Amino acid sequence: MEKSILECIKINKYFYDPVKIQVLKEVDISIKKSEFVSITGKSGCGKSTLLYILSTMDTDYEGKLLIDGIEMRGKKENELARVRNEKIGFVFQFHYLLNEFSVIRNVMLPGLKLAKLSEKEVEAHAYEKLKILGIENEALKKPNQLSGGQKQRVAIARALINNPIIIMGDEPTGNLDKKNSEIVFNIFKELAEVYNQSLLIVTHDNEFAARTHRIIEMEDGRVIR
Amino acid sequence: MKFKLIASVSKSLLLARWKQTLVAAIGVTFSITMFIGLLSFMSGLNDLLDGLVVNRTPHIRLYNEILPSKIQPIDKSADYNTSYNFIRSIKPKNKLLEIYNNAAVIKTLQSDNRVLGIAPKIIAQVFYNVGTIDLTGIINGIDVEEENRLFLFKDYVVEGNYIDLKNTTNSIVLGKGVAEKMLTNIGDIIQITTSKGERLQLKVVGFFQSGLQDIDKVQSYTSIATAQKLLGESNSYITDIQVKLKDIALAPALAKEYAALFELDAIDIQTANSQFETGSSVRTLISYAVGITLLIVAGFGIYNILNMMIYEKMDSIAILKATGFSGADVNKIFITIALSIGIFGGLLGLLFGFGLSALIDQIPFNTAALPTVKTYPINYNPKFYMVGGIFSIITTYFAGYLPSRKASKIDPVIIIRGK
Ligand SMILES: Nc1ncnc2c1ncn2[C@@H]1O[C@H](COP(=O)(O)OP(=O)(O)O)[C@@H](O)[C@H]1O
Ligand SMILES: [Mg+2]
Repeated sequence: MEKSILECIKINKYFYDPVKIQVLKEVDISIKKSEFVSITGKSGCGKSTLLYILSTMDTDYEGKLLIDGIEMRGKKENELARVRNEKIGFVFQFHYLLNEFSVIRNVMLPGLKLAKLSEKEVEAHAYEKLKILGIENEALKKPNQLSGGQKQRVAIARALINNPIIIMGDEPTGNLDKKNSEIVFNIFKELAEVYNQSLLIVTHDNEFAARTHRIIEMEDGRVIR
Repeated sequence: MKFKLIASVSKSLLLARWKQTLVAAIGVTFSITMFIGLLSFMSGLNDLLDGLVVNRTPHIRLYNEILPSKIQPIDKSADYNTSYNFIRSIKPKNKLLEIYNNAAVIKTLQSDNRVLGIAPKIIAQVFYNVGTIDLTGIINGIDVEEENRLFLFKDYVVEGNYIDLKNTTNSIVLGKGVAEKMLTNIGDIIQITTSKGERLQLKVVGFFQSGLQDIDKVQSYTSIATAQKLLGESNSYITDIQVKLKDIALAPALAKEYAALFELDAIDIQTANSQFETGSSVRTLISYAVGITLLIVAGFGIYNILNMMIYEKMDSIAILKATGFSGADVNKIFITIALSIGIFGGLLGLLFGFGLSALIDQIPFNTAALPTVKTYPINYNPKFYMVGGIFSIITTYFAGYLPSRKASKIDPVIIIRGK
């Protein structure tokens, strides 16, 4: 059996405000290399909460989380930051680009932070990623000069810059119109099939989910399928 | 590499709010400017006022004080040396003001390498005769050249030429106040009476102004030889030996040493003029207090701008953290912002502070009491610039400390959920 790149075992998560409620119940998930997986479910069933835990940003949970075979519990804040930097690419519903930096610079930021390559090499990689996403001509513009769909593609390029083992997305097409959603979906598909990129995308768009390799369906904090 | 990235993120945040940043920096600039200006001026003033005293005052003065003997005959008696002996109405013994064997004392002092120079002096009580009225006064018989070398005598002779005192026999440099009372001009002959009743005529060759009215109303100067003649003493007679040291701080210790060695009374400048020290330190304290207060106000400016920046750039901070920047990195970014405001504002402040000092230095300041001073006094001590620079960095660091910590603790999940 192929090794899991992302695995969580019996994840429980509680919120205490205003009263104690359990939002995740015994969640087990395992993702393998170059899988394109979607998580679906009704609004409020805990999809985002789960994704934040899987991305190491939320550390307040019960259960086990393994990324690339390594246990995440007990790691310090800066070590988790390093894991996110090196192994996880993130795409949110909102693009979160820094308006003070050019598009190319935005894409380069996580690469510069990783500092494994020189600035020149990071820049070359960033151009490569922008080319895959078909927006290399916008490289020198500021993010606020781009359309919504273009911004989201820049955000995807930024997620790709360090060649992460997995891309996570929390409703990455939620803010986009039909046409741009289609473009973004096709990019994800291409990444999975051409570049063997693993992807874990939260969506409540069933049509979108149906076209991925595997669907994880959630209800009321549980994985039901 | 790592710092370059942090610096570039800091810079972008700074430029995104450059107007407010500039205002914060101007706050620092203003306070450092005032700090430098104030301290340079106050310190210049201190030097000026100290100079009034320090230039005119020997570091150590050796003399004979007329005092009763400390050891009375009864203390020497073996029968009573364990008891307290109370004696009333002791009178000073007949001891003269003259320093005996002063040539030997001077020789010893001159061979001491802690000593910069020595000027012997005779102090004589006299009366200036103005018509039928006698004004009390003091005549200082001085070694004109040494007095000038060590105590800048020339600077205080406001009219006439100081060296005439040496070259003209029976000449006198009158205190400005005395001269005004006597209505004399240079070249006039005045008459004085010594305390022993002898009269002598002296030629006025100059006026002397120390800046201290009480002195100028009483004191005058003659050469040592004239003073000896005035008192009817031999040419070895002197009453004071003034010592100027290489290091003024040694004065109290050396005064004790010399007093014991030569069996003379010795007073050091610090003891003689302790009130001036107090004045100086209070002025310095005020300058520092004002400077630091201004800096703290500027610090609040920086604190505000950083808080605002953090509030506005919450999203950016969240995404930086989500993509792998640690809390420590975010902290560094904001500390860098604070410090660059501090360094930029501080440097400008030092520059403007220098400008302000130079400007004050040009403002005319003429006062009769201070003949050598033409403009406001300024002390360009590099120490002030160093202290100002260090203060600006420390204040901005502390101003940035809390906001930076707050930024580093931002939880990206909360921000991203909020969208
Ligand atoms: N900070 C919080 N405090 C309390 N309850 C929360 C908090 N965040 C989310 N929840 C609750 O947790 C549940 C799951 O939320 P979420 O993971 O965002 O759902 P989804 O992404 O599937 O729509 C919801 O019922 C939501 O109200
Ligand atoms: Mg959600």
